[in-house]
Order: sequence, then C-alpha cells, then structure tokens
Amino acid sequence: MNYETVIGLEVHVELKTEAKVFCGCAARFGAEPNTHVCPGCLGMPGALPVLNKRAVEYCIKAGLALNCRIAPFSRFDRKQYFYPDLPHAYQISQDDLPLCAGGGLKIVNPAGEERLVRINRIHLEEEAGRTYHSGTGTAGYSLLDFNRSGLPLIEIVTEPDLRSPEEARIFLEKLQEILRYIEVSDCKMEEGSFRCDANISVRPAGSREFGRRMEIKNLNSFKAIQAALAYEENRLGSLLAAGTPPEQEESRGWDETRGMTFFMRPKEKATDYRYFPDPDLPPLVIAEEWVEAIRAGLPELPEEKKNRYVKEYGLPVQDADLLGSFRETAEFFEATLRCYSGEPKTVANWVMGDFARLLNLEKLTPAQSKLKPEALAAMLQMIDDGQISGKIAKTVFEEMFYSGKSPREIVAEKGLAQISDENQLTAVVREILAKHPGPVADYRAGKTKALGFLVGQVMKETKGQANPGLVNKLLREELDK
Amino acid sequence: MELSTLSLKELSDALREKTVSARELTGAFLERINRFNPELNAFVTVAEEEALAAADEADRRLARGEGVTPLTGIPVAVADTICTKGIKTTCASRILENFIPPYDATAVSRLKEAGAVIIAKTNTDEFGAGTTTGYSAFGPARNPWDKDREPGGDGGAAAVAAGLVPLAVSFDSGGSLRRAAAFCGVTGLKPAYGSVSRYGLAALAPSLEQIGPLARQVDDLALLYQVLAGPDPLDATSLPAAGPGRDGAEVTGPAAGSKGLRIGLPREYFAGEQLQAAVKERVLAAAGILAEKGGEQVDLTLPSTGYALAAHILLAAAEASSSLARYDGVRYGYRSPEATDIDLLYKKTRTEGFGSEAKRRILLGTLVLSAECYNDYYLNAQKVRALVIREFKEAFTKCDLILTPVTPGAPGRAGGERSPLLQYQDEYYTAGANLAGLAGLSLPCGLVDGLPVGVQLLAPAGREGLLFWAARILEEATGRLSPPSFQE
Repeated sequence: MNYETVIGLEVHVELKTEAKVFCGCAARFGAEPNTHVCPGCLGMPGALPVLNKRAVEYCIKAGLALNCRIAPFSRFDRKQYFYPDLPHAYQISQDDLPLCAGGGLKIVNPAGEERLVRINRIHLEEEAGRTYHSGTGTAGYSLLDFNRSGLPLIEIVTEPDLRSPEEARIFLEKLQEILRYIEVSDCKMEEGSFRCDANISVRPAGSREFGRRMEIKNLNSFKAIQAALAYEENRLGSLLAAGTPPEQEESRGWDETRGMTFFMRPKEKATDYRYFPDPDLPPLVIAEEWVEAIRAGLPELPEEKKNRYVKEYGLPVQDADLLGSFRETAEFFEATLRCYSGEPKTVANWVMGDFARLLNLEKLTPAQSKLKPEALAAMLQMIDDGQISGKIAKTVFEEMFYSGKSPREIVAEKGLAQISDENQLTAVVREILAKHPGPVADYRAGKTKALGFLVGQVMKETKGQANPGLVNKLLREELDK
Repeated sequence: MELSTLSLKELSDALREKTVSARELTGAFLERINRFNPELNAFVTVAEEEALAAADEADRRLARGEGVTPLTGIPVAVADTICTKGIKTTCASRILENFIPPYDATAVSRLKEAGAVIIAKTNTDEFGAGTTTGYSAFGPARNPWDKDREPGGDGGAAAVAAGLVPLAVSFDSGGSLRRAAAFCGVTGLKPAYGSVSRYGLAALAPSLEQIGPLARQVDDLALLYQVLAGPDPLDATSLPAAGPGRDGAEVTGPAAGSKGLRIGLPREYFAGEQLQAAVKERVLAAAGILAEKGGEQVDLTLPSTGYALAAHILLAAAEASSSLARYDGVRYGYRSPEATDIDLLYKKTRTEGFGSEAKRRILLGTLVLSAECYNDYYLNAQKVRALVIREFKEAFTKCDLILTPVTPGAPGRAGGERSPLLQYQDEYYTAGANLAGLAGLSLPCGLVDGLPVGVQLLAPAGREGLLFWAARILEEATGRLSPPSFQE
C-alpha cells in the first residue's frame, strides 16, 4: 500500500528590533547574563508592559510578505504556565485574535511541482528567559538568564500542506530567505532566532482523514528537521504497514547523535494554558494606512527578483537564483549594474565568482566588505575600454576588496595599466622573436600553435600588461613579413 | 500649633512662611505615628530615615524658593502595594516580606517630584484582596473611631483620620479605598480608570484597580489628585489626554452653582434590605443638600447591579490568579527553604507565602479561567461587565453624577470571623465603578451610632472635577469629622 505523509510546521522567529517587545531593554544576543533586564522583563511587582511599535511593524511586514491578512483589531492574551525562566508565570502572546491570518507561500518541490503552503496565522509574542542546567543529581543546579526574556517573537503556523520532509526543508529555507530579505530577523538557527516544531502524520494514499499526529519539538537545523521528519515518516509508515497504527498523539524529541526521534509525552495531556486577554494591554488596533505604508516599503521579494533577473537581464536561472537569494548580494549586484553600461552577465560573473570567493574567505557579507559597487563598475568599464586586461583585473579586484581603493588608484599606484602603445609593444615583440628562433620557424612552417607560446612570452615580458589583442596583431604582422 | 489637624493649604503656607520647617513637620508626624500606630497598626513600614532625608531636601527647596509646590515638605503615606524605591514594599504579604523595589511607582515619582515626603507604607489586605485589612500578613489595622472595629480595607484612611499623616495614597480594586474613607470619616477618590498610572502598583486586578488619594478634606483630596493624575508612557492603559487633575481645568467644577445639576439616584442602590435605615437616611439627606443648592434628583435604574458584584468577584479572581502567579520564589521575595526541586519550590513557597484570601482568589481565578469554566464564568462575567458599562453610560445621559451609599452599614468588628462571601458583598455599592471604570468619590455624610458613614459620588472619566465640586458643597453642609480619641 502507498502512504502519504502530511506535515505542518510551527516556526518561531525572533525579530531583530532594537528594544524588547514590552520594555525598553536592549534586545541583544550574547551579552553577559542578566545585563539587559529591568523590572518589566524580570516580572517584578507593578511593572507594566508597553508595546514596542517596531515589533508590530515587523510582524506586519512578515505577514504581508507571506500574503496574510492583517487584522485591523487583534489582542494580546496571557498564556499561563509556571517555568523558572518565565518571569510572570505567563507569556504575553496572542490566542484567538492574531495580528496576521491566512496567507501562503509557494515552493517548488524536488519533483519540480509547485506547491502552495498555506499559512494559518502569524502572531506576536514575547520570549522567555533561558535556563542553563549544571551538575547532576543532588549537586545539580540551574542558572537563569533573563536577557532573552521579552524579546519579540513571531510564531508562524502553516496548514498541513507539506507532503515530504524535503518539502518541509525547502519551505523553511524559503521562509528564512524571505524573512531575512525583509530584514525582520537574522533567522539564525544556531542562535535560536529561527526555531521549528514539526507536526507529522502518515495516512494511506487517497485517504481523506489524517493519521495520528506526532509533534517533533526543538529542531535546530534544516538538516535535523529533514532527518527527524524522514525518520518519523518511516516509523509511522512501518507502523501502518504492520497494521499497528500509533495509539496516541505524542510530543517527540530528536536525538541527533542516534539519529532517532524519541517519546517525550502524550499530546492528550496538553496543558490548559488558561488564556485570557491581558488587562495591561489595550486591544491592538491597526490603521489600514499604516499597513499600506508598510506594504509600500517592502523590498522586492526574492521570487520576483529572480524572475526579473532572468527576464530583464537575460541571466541564466542558476545565476538569478544565486544572486537573488541573499538581499545584500542582490543589492550589490543591482547597484553595480546601475553604474555600469556593459553586460549584466559580466557583473553577475564577478559577483558570483571572485567577490563571493573573497567574502567567503573573509567571512564577510557584501555590505560589510570595503568593496563598493561603483568601484566594481569602474573596474569593469576599464576592462571594456582596454585600460586593463581581464587578467590584471583579477589582481586589481583583490586589491580593491582588501583596501577599498578605486581601481584607477590601484592601477596608477602599481603601474598596472595596459600597454596599448604600438611602438612600445613592437619593440618587445621584436625582442621576443629574436630570442625564440625555434617557435618562429615552427610558425612559419605552418604550426600556428607556436603563436600562443610567443604571445605568452610577450605577456610575461610585460608582466601581463600588454594589450593581448594588440600583441596578437603585432606578432602576426612581424611573423608574416 | 497642632499640626495634625491643619489642612494641606495651612501646612503648605506654614512651610512657605517658615513658621515650621519640613524636618520639624515630618518629625512631628513621626512622633504621632510612633505614639499612636501601635494601637492602630495602620502602617507596615515607617520610613523614618528616608522621610527625614526627603524633608531636608524639601527644606532646601523651600529655602531656594525653586520648584515649590503645595506638596513640598508634606508627609504622605503610601499603600504598601505601591512600589517605593529603596523602601520595603511587602503588599502586606509574607511572600514579599523583605522585598525592596529598585524602582518607584509613577504615583510615587510624581509625589517626589512635587517635593512630598514619603513617610510610611500603609497596611492593606494582602495584595489588596479583602475589605477590612483582616487579611494583612502583619495583622489588621484598627478604626480610629473605635479600635475594636475594622477601618475598611485600607490603613491609609485610618492614618489620615487619626492625624498620623495629612495625606495618603492608596488603591481601590473593588471599593476598599472608598469603604475605608467612609468608615474612617475621611475623603477618598477612586479615579476613573486610566486617570492615574498603575505603573508600580503590585497588580491584583489590573482591569479594575486604580491608585487614588485620601485626605481629611475635599480641597486636599483634589490637590493630591492633581499631582497623581495624568498620562504615563509606562502604563498602556493610562488615558492619553491630560487628566483633569493635570490641567486643572475641571477640578473646581462648574462655576455657576449647582443650578441644573442632575443627581442620579439608582433604585437598586437604595432598595436592598441590607441597607440600614440610618445609613439610607443620611445618604438621601446628602442628595437633598445637593438638590437644595439648585440641583435636581433623577430617579435611575441600573438593572444589572445585582449581577455586577458577581461579575466583579469572578473577574477580580481571574485576574488575581494571573497577577499573583509571578510570586514563585525564583527571582525575589520569599522562597521556601525546604524545597528540593522546582515543583516543590513553587508549591511550598506559595503555600507558605500566601495567606488564605490570596489563595482563595488564586484557586477561584484558576477555575474561572480553566478550559471547562471559561465560557460559563469568565466570558459571562465579561458580558455582564459590558452590560454594566452600557447601563452607566445611559444613566449619565440622564444625570451628571450618581449618588449612592458606600456601605450598607457602619464598620464591623475588627478581625471578626465573616464568611468570604459576606466580605465580597461589602463591595456591593462600590464594585460597579471598578467594572465601568468610573470615578468614585467617598466622603462622610454623618455618624451612625457614633461611627462615620459615607456617601459615594460617581462620574464618568474626565469628570472628577464635578465630583470635587459637589463634595465641597456636602462637606460644607456636614462639616468635617474627627475621631475624638486622637486629639491632643
């Protein structure tokens, strides 16, 4: 029998606002423990939450980028449970009236089929602090860090529209790409600013009913997500095949080292969070004009950008994909194109080639590097104008990358300008011909290959600065005399 | 000069004219506190050192003549549920017995800016959950009119009545401030919701409670209110417009006498059997006085009044269960020394740290918000609340202010055993204002068997000035009350 896998995701994303969502503390990762805290995010008596407007804006941005409806009226609710790093013993979240609802994201699965993954909702909430456990048994203790307490978080919930672990990974990669693009989050899984819980069930193909659902918690890398879902898909499939479908819905963990999911607790014992509207926060009323202003300020999203690169610039799909996936790269590429009248493909080659290589080597992003788009455009123009050779350009580029100087400065300083003076080159050509009688004879005997060797010798003599076209021409003229 | 009976204006003038220094004034009140508080138990903490330092600062201000306000150098007591930086704030609970806040409540910052001297923290029921101070972890406060009687749910009123402080700032989530004012024979205001910042008030029922002033006379009450009121960026529920106290515009009320003033008398507030005839008579007499001055009495009906109290009990409990959850022994406050794991830490800390009424509200509130009960209890209570709000709104199209009793009778025995349900019923006349976010002013309207009873004046947000104005008329007619045993 064939089985069908059904997957839905819950993604938690930390927004990169300056301040926390309900107090003025700085929202920073990696600071000394408990240095970005105040009575508010420590849950002291009488301290009150005040909503950070920027966090709302970022949530709306995410909602718009994922084609959601933005609710004109939403509300904050208290989700109540005890945990040492939850300072109020409730999390301010949104229950039945989330800020964003509906929406969806299209992906292309490995089989090349387009799939619409519907978004159920996106809501805004606050982070808890962090607990660190040390020691074991009676010597064990826990340390609490409240720097994270109160960071703005959005929870994105999809409908159960994904049909394979690969699709889940592709969806998450695309989601991450978009959220980084609109600059609402760093989406760093390793720092916990992009986290995912996955719900999976398996049913006989063609069945309309869902199978029993397993929730896999705390998946911390794309690899782990795909692997854990693949493991679970397999496990559930085997259970069905053996005629012993799972008896209960479960929360399960992922054991990275053993490559297995494991039972945590049954879902039936779901906590009653006793949600109720937070009396400290008035309802969130969003003016349509504000939503429209945010929409107007959204950047071109990666999907549109990639399509435009193919259509407008004639780039191959792979190039468009590479350039369009990361916003800074795309912006660098487009900024260079704006100052350069040559072929977009030439710019693409440099950005994807030497630039990407050096960025990778130095672990920098395009915006962090000293190289400016105008400088790259100027250098490409110099190649086109025959002022430097393509080969010399590689040296110039590297120098530009590390020093931030303009190509003209570098060429002048290092004397790298291309030699296009016929008289000067004729002298060198003659010298080389005199030095290498063998190849000259070979050439004249019809072995035209010898020309390449002679060109190389001239280039070597001129430290690569000779205009290669001119060298070719002059050599032929001399040899054919 | 007997400082303890002077009005705020008289004290303020004396300070400005240098007939007395702020240090002397604070010293004199500290002396009275030390002498009388043991029998009244009106305070949890007396901040002698901090108060004298603040008085010295006030004296420097007065000497320079800069930034002097009517409150500069005036001692003020603050309820122990309101955070005071560097001064213990216990909320009358074991669980916060040694808690010293690193921040001031906005109300306290405003008092300090005005130059007031925070002299002591007043006794209340634990986190304000109660009506008699009988649930204070540090013993009940006593009524200065009769020390065997309860003072209402607020030691601040007792302290003001006995002249241990000229002014106090307290809070009201169902009527405790107004009841205490009535029982102790002083004036008290629960401002309209959002008029005074709640920042720094340890929450019990955040959607219901407000910080408000207590004073011996209406003028002082109005002045203190002006200092407390106004928008606060730290409280998202504070009203955006400048409070009527801030710009002073309406604090003095309509200038042209009470001609045409419509005084609403809701039937439901005068009908019940529980209302003692003597109280009813004095309250109606107060209405008569206002009417005599050119006003008009309007017969009103507020049909949901009977349900309002039930809704208030449920909502207050629901919010309390959530508000009090943070006291878990993890970050600050009491932590049970016997806990061996995290669940025991919660259980033992909260079992040992909270008193009976706080626990009752936590249990009731947890039930009210549980998945099975939410619709029946919480949602229905919210619907009643919406109804109550609508009825008051309608009523205020027919009248300018509403006049009611504050309590059905005189204060009961201090520490007397009464069922919790009976205690909840204490707030029958006052809880409506909390549900609807109205301003409620309580002032004395006479004595019954030698004990003071009060009248309540209600008005919508932004109309506090009208209340002060009407209260002044009544005050003139009734005269001020003073408990005899605390006179020199």
